Amino acid sequence: MNSPGQQMTESARQREQANALLLAALRAPESLPGLPPTDWDLLLRVARRTRLLGRLEAQLAALGALDAVPERAVNHLRSARNLVQHRHTLLTWELNRVLWALEGLDVPIVALKGVAYVLADLPAAPGRFFADLDLLVPHADIQAVESRLLERGWIKLPLSPYDDRYYRVWMHEIPPLRHRERENEIDIHHRILPRTSRFDFDPAPLFERTRPVAGSQARVLGPHDMLLHGLVHLLLEGDPQEGLRLRDLVDVADLLRHFGREPGFWDGLVPRAEQLGLGRPLYYGLRFTRRLLASEVPDPVLRAASRWAPPRPVGALMDWLLPLAILPGHPDHPTRRAALARWLLYARAHWVRMPPWLLIRHLLYKSWLRVRGVPKRAALGPEELKRM
Amino acid sequence: MTICALSYDLASQRLSSTSGVDLQIGPFVFNLRLHCPDLARLLYELWRDYPLAEGAAVRDFHIQATSNPAPGRWLRRDVRFFVDGRTPFPLLPAHHHLPMLEWGLNWCIAQRSHHLLMLHAAVVERNGRAIILPAWPGHGKSTLCAALIHSGWRLLCDEFGLVRPEDGALLPLPRLIPLKNESIEVIRSFAPSAHIGPSFYGTRKGTIAHVRPPTESVERMHETARPGWFVFPRWVAGSPLRLEPMLKSEAFLMVATNAFNYEVLGQTSFELVGRMVDACDCYSLVYSDLDQAIKALDELTRAADD
Repeated sequence: MNSPGQQMTESARQREQANALLLAALRAPESLPGLPPTDWDLLLRVARRTRLLGRLEAQLAALGALDAVPERAVNHLRSARNLVQHRHTLLTWELNRVLWALEGLDVPIVALKGVAYVLADLPAAPGRFFADLDLLVPHADIQAVESRLLERGWIKLPLSPYDDRYYRVWMHEIPPLRHRERENEIDIHHRILPRTSRFDFDPAPLFERTRPVAGSQARVLGPHDMLLHGLVHLLLEGDPQEGLRLRDLVDVADLLRHFGREPGFWDGLVPRAEQLGLGRPLYYGLRFTRRLLASEVPDPVLRAASRWAPPRPVGALMDWLLPLAILPGHPDHPTRRAALARWLLYARAHWVRMPPWLLIRHLLYKSWLRVRGVPKRAALGPEELKRM
Repeated sequence: MTICALSYDLASQRLSSTSGVDLQIGPFVFNLRLHCPDLARLLYELWRDYPLAEGAAVRDFHIQATSNPAPGRWLRRDVRFFVDGRTPFPLLPAHHHLPMLEWGLNWCIAQRSHHLLMLHAAVVERNGRAIILPAWPGHGKSTLCAALIHSGWRLLCDEFGLVRPEDGALLPLPRLIPLKNESIEVIRSFAPSAHIGPSFYGTRKGTIAHVRPPTESVERMHETARPGWFVFPRWVAGSPLRLEPMLKSEAFLMVATNAFNYEVLGQTSFELVGRMVDACDCYSLVYSDLDQAIKALDELTRAADD
């Protein structure tokens, strides 16, 4: 029998190993064909948890290296690829229908996040799972857009009056819409951050730098803004269980690598972040993509961004919390520390998201709902199986 | 080596160890850890023929089932299902451990096996050709399947008709067959040799009892089968037997809408289902009497074998 102390170090070792495997796979997919089968067992589990299985498949397929992967592992990679491809088809079709519905309205429609990466054919797109269609339109046009979509077959999802108000008064998007014959959610944003956020800024400059894409009427954000939006999503929209999403950090690393080759990208990055008031998120983004994913950032950019570093104790705390929260650890050896780190970063995201009085009010309401027992988990019938 | 080749003590000890037991069930390898003594005893009886997947480095699913004292309830225990350390569904009362485990495995398979086309169908085989029985809940698929496998047919599966896109082969997945309510007695009297586990009362689907897959079906679970017939069964109380040919176009639509992941596989599943329907004779079957239904299917398939 192991002593409790030995067991602790053993599970800590396994957690380290799980994180190291995943990071190595993300940094250097070309090394994956040499991975021993027992490591594949663990890598599949942590990549699934962080929703990065599809990405691993895409990278291995691009390298032509799937044949060198154990067959049982390939099955899971293929399964993830098929799911991701299906989402891509569904959501690009949904966008196509939205654009059809909005024909004749003179409104710029900007695709965000996953769909934008697909439209612009960016390296972040292949294998990336995304759940909804996120669009940005000017605030002045939001009513016209919403009512046109409602006229043409989309419906509002049932929402409590509290939630409806939460969206309309405080948030950066209107309550989600869904077409009555399809199951995709569309989130229509009029700004990047909630109105109540400490980082909220006027979104008008974003529209000035959007770019067209081949084969669609939709546009995408300019490179700097796309990167900053990725960071905002990573750092300022928490999820209590997942904490931060590693996938979002991977997006940022991909965008840095891709746009870093465009002339002028690096020179303009920090000034643009400063213009939009996003210096601090940019600082964190560069710091952690370098530390965890070995992104290459030119020194002058690092120096310029370091002006936005937090006070030293906060920086040290973030250096400790962020890797702990964002890396999956070992599925069989969860730690309280990681759960606490995730919760703290979630609390931080909320803290930044709205002023304290509003936050307290919102949390009280949400915990009241929890006390009343609002169901959160899936049921198990065949119909539910089909929907999942 | 199969589970029942181990002594009960050794099997239950390994099931509750930190590394658990790796089991081969059809094309999948499950790593299973149990902290639920009653369930271990039942699995030793009902899962006894599954081979241990010794030396399997990559496991498809890491499953854990634990029973714990129910929070805030005196003397009551709950059972919880974990996959990769997370629990996707609510707690169930501890005495529903086996239905929970079986549903849990269904959930895992349905979520993660999009490298295959998953039909919602029972599949049985004889002489290398299979009858595929796609059905909707309440249509009597499991009852008919349990009767067929005790009448000379090999069980491929009762819930997931797994089709390999590369060659259209049907992959066996010989799991327990859950019988509901009246079906339990029907099968007990139809096939006295069937091994049926204990009844679980008051589950989400009423009373449930599981038929153990015949040993031969488990031993031959690496042998795939070719699709031979699509038969869409429907049990209707008091109805005379009606086995009628069906238009292939209609069969195609029914298979497509009934599959778990038809949409996910897109063009692949369109072509795959098309080829299967082309290669199969398609029938609808309305029945109330099991003996008659089995006899009709027997005649139908023997005519083709001759």
